Amino acid sequence: MSSEQPRVTHDWLDNDAGPVVRPYAMTQGRVAPADCDFDLVAFVVATVPDLMSGQQLQPEHHAIVAAAWEPISVVELASQLDLSVGVVRVFLGDLRSAGLISLYEPPAATQPHDVDVLKAVVNGLRAL
Amino acid sequence: MDSVRSDRNGGSSRIPVALKILIAGGFGAGKTTMVGSVSEIRPLQTEEVLTGAEGADDVSGVETKTTTTVTMDFGRITITEDLQLYLFGTPGQDRFWFLWDELSQGALGAVVLADTRRLADCFPSIDYFEQRGTPFVVAVNCFDTEHRYAPEAVARALDLDPGVPVVLFDARDQGSARNVLIELVEYVARRQLAAAASR
Repeated sequence: MSSEQPRVTHDWLDNDAGPVVRPYAMTQGRVAPADCDFDLVAFVVATVPDLMSGQQLQPEHHAIVAAAWEPISVVELASQLDLSVGVVRVFLGDLRSAGLISLYEPPAATQPHDVDVLKAVVNGLRAL
Repeated sequence: MDSVRSDRNGGSSRIPVALKILIAGGFGAGKTTMVGSVSEIRPLQTEEVLTGAEGADDVSGVETKTTTTVTMDFGRITITEDLQLYLFGTPGQDRFWFLWDELSQGALGAVVLADTRRLADCFPSIDYFEQRGTPFVVAVNCFDTEHRYAPEAVARALDLDPGVPVVLFDARDQGSARNVLIELVEYVARRQLAAAASR
């Protein structure tokens, strides 16, 4: 994805860095989203069908919004877009601050799993 | 448990529930094979920030390096439109323990794969899940040429708490791997009901 972009020369990305762009280079070195955390199994949904071209956003932002038109989990996004989870989280943070995605957190980790849901899982697995 | 959205087009498309199951065990125990046999497996990259020197890569010579890439096996099983099961093959090396904390948070449970030729390899996984109170089953991956042990003998050798299921299976076989997951989910349900009854 990023390889299609014109190469920008940064003095901190010299030959010693090797041929591979470090993942957080895509996020200008930011390693965590600005104001919230995104659980691996939280779902995100885009609130707009497509991004305006005027916005200061990267191709990765566009790819996330396109993939998130239907509800999609954070981990699925990372896997689908072949981006590392940490990088996806930073981009999601940007999109959320801009009001371009909604976030749906999974039930609290302390809450026991619903037995009816567990039964549905067992039945579903048996039917595979 | 469900969350429903209703803010788009006035309609309401439901947000699915995703449940996490961890597949743990020593190196070469069959984690990747198992995730691949029951689900559509894909690699998942996580780029982790190194927080200290402890257990991290030897960074001498590359002192500016502050992150490390970990690739995990990730698989999804779609139960219904609203219910998805995610399998995570946990990275085996000790230095990636910190990743387990996030993975096991809110996880439904774990499958610890055991190889009877190297039983001790799964001790760290068992210790970890026991300490965190994450329900787990032990699945003994039976390779063709190997002597088969009775599940009770494995449970004894691993000093498992009573009730922790031990199943013999073949990680390459879809049905067999699926039965392990069923065993785990049923075990979690039993624990849940028992906990509710004792309250």
